[in-house]
Amino acid sequence: MKAPPRAVDLGIMACHVCRLVTAYTDDHRARCPRCGAALHARKTGSIARAWALLLAAAMFYIPANVFPIMRTQSLSSKDDNTILSGIVELWRAGSPGLAAIVFTASIIVPMLKFIILGYLLVSVQRSSGYVARQRTKLYRFVELVGYWSMLDVFVVAILSALVHFKILSRVEPLPGVVYFGIVVVLTMLSAMSFDPRLIWDNRKKSQ
Amino acid sequence: MHTAQDLIVCEHCDSVYRRRTLARGEVADCVVCGAVLDRHQWVSVDGQFALIVTAFIVFVIANVSPIVTLGLSGMSAATTLWGAVIAMWNDGAQIVAFLSAMTLFFFPLSQILIFGWVLWFARSGRRAPWFAQAMTALVSVKPWSMIEVFMLGTLVAVVKAHTYFDVVPGAGIWAFGVLTLLITVFSSLDPRELWTLTREDKA
Repeated sequence: MKAPPRAVDLGIMACHVCRLVTAYTDDHRARCPRCGAALHARKTGSIARAWALLLAAAMFYIPANVFPIMRTQSLSSKDDNTILSGIVELWRAGSPGLAAIVFTASIIVPMLKFIILGYLLVSVQRSSGYVARQRTKLYRFVELVGYWSMLDVFVVAILSALVHFKILSRVEPLPGVVYFGIVVVLTMLSAMSFDPRLIWDNRKKSQ
Repeated sequence: MHTAQDLIVCEHCDSVYRRRTLARGEVADCVVCGAVLDRHQWVSVDGQFALIVTAFIVFVIANVSPIVTLGLSGMSAATTLWGAVIAMWNDGAQIVAFLSAMTLFFFPLSQILIFGWVLWFARSGRRAPWFAQAMTALVSVKPWSMIEVFMLGTLVAVVKAHTYFDVVPGAGIWAFGVLTLLITVFSSLDPRELWTLTREDKA
């Protein structure tokens, strides 16, 4: 089957908000005639924005993992947990299935986001034509799973609200959880800034 | 400016297709990159409106009833979603409190209200006042609503607390479960279809 034409080649483009197809324009003030959103063929400053947000996220990722996210206090003990030690505890407490889910959401997903977005950005900057379809799929994967990393943040929020038995037992949030929340938001913004169409633009003929 | 309502452009690779009517259950995928171009809208506008009203009622229940109740030697403590937000705020995690309030309350609520608003008018084929603004808001708010994640987070918290406390699930957790199901239904519908289903009032 013959590949369909691309909008750039036909001199048309679609509104990023309502998808209405219009004639191509590079006028920055152009507005979608239907929904009024700013018209642009590609997301503006896509690569620079995605890099900036990704690097910022990577910096916050260090304190997010090093600092404890939650303190469990009882009469006899005080126990600070980081993301990783919380997972180990959950595993030992007899819920290996749930521990695996939290491990996936809090450790694997953020790691994959850094690796995949970094790879996509580098490959686009080198105008690579290699496995474009697979790279677009990787982008969709990042978009799909991105926000599940908020899982641990919500767990800490619920436990802090619930476990409030004065001196007997208390759970408190610690700074790590704030950093982790910031990491999730920054990586989501980074993924949204990246324009997957760039993967298909000006590819070197490598096929 | 020239526009072409019968064309559809893949959002991930810029390939151009001619729009065609899909049969029940059909999904149009981009042959180049595999992205979903268009889905058959299997729920009518009336049906979508009914679902939104349901979602609103369940959302109210989810927010006023306790999610879980903990018991420890005669004492008990319950929390709602807002209880969790306030606890984070008071314990020095204001950023997390803000994020939770936005992603679990304000964004989902505005999604429900705005979608309900445009659907109410779309039932008679009309465009609501501020239709364009409402549709833009729906698109930009969508990725920031995290009810499903909160649902799973509650389950993890329950299992963690279960080791030390008696845990009694409240009505809130069921309401969040139902909301999660409704969100799954809505994720297969594209509100942008309303642009083609409604026409401007020539009043």
